[in-house]
Amino acid sequence: MKPSARAPVFAALGDDTRLALVARLAGGEACSIAQLTEGGRLTRQAVTKHLRVLEEAGIVHSARSGRRALFRFDPRPIREANDYLAGVSAQWDRVLGRLKAFVEGEAGGDRR
Amino acid sequence: MSDRIEKRIEIDAPVSRVWRAITDHVEFGEWFRVKLEGPFVAGRVSRGRITYPGYEHVRWEAVVQRIEPERLFSFTWHPYAIDPKVDYSSEPPTLVEFRLEPTAGGKGTLLVVTESGFDKIPAGRRNEAFRMNEGGWGQQVKNVEEYVTKTS
Repeated sequence: MKPSARAPVFAALGDDTRLALVARLAGGEACSIAQLTEGGRLTRQAVTKHLRVLEEAGIVHSARSGRRALFRFDPRPIREANDYLAGVSAQWDRVLGRLKAFVEGEAGGDRR
Repeated sequence: MSDRIEKRIEIDAPVSRVWRAITDHVEFGEWFRVKLEGPFVAGRVSRGRITYPGYEHVRWEAVVQRIEPERLFSFTWHPYAIDPKVDYSSEPPTLVEFRLEPTAGGKGTLLVVTESGFDKIPAGRRNEAFRMNEGGWGQQVKNVEEYVTKTS
């Protein structure tokens, strides 16, 4: 994943409403805007707006089915962003392990 | 998954010693494996070259943010910027913070390192709603993660 593609993924997920939409779609079934609006507190316009943000981040894709747009979840961007963070996290583990060894490895621990 | 990384590490040395290892640019270079061109100065760009074997082609560049003696050292940078063919400068930088606290009656140090900003929204510009929701982020994402694993 290009670095430029990751920030929108994190930003898209930084919102409870969108997370809820992702959770709903992550079941695997494609849903229409009407289905995603049903039973919730959000208006159709609000749901549409959030779906567009998710679509731009590649987390959902839409396809036409007759007159309706159906939205489908794509797990790849989240998985790739997750792998990236795991890589950064592992890098910090190594770097901080070296810091600890560097400081503690000195005689007496406090060089003056 | 979370949009921030936090590491806590106990070091068996006083805060003053750990502080020097983190903020003296020569000592920093020893464990971070980078040869820095000069001392860290708040508000200034820090440049250098990675010395880790196999990564000598990688340049180090960060902007030092805060230097609060024996408490906080922070900089912004582009994490994982190891591909020389990619121009990372247009990407939003992340914020790295080193926080130090004495432990064991001053004999030890608790070092907390956080890296944040992967979602590129500067903290100061986040709207109130987002800030209020931050606490729930971890759990929410865990839920999503479960779904992701399930559907993979």
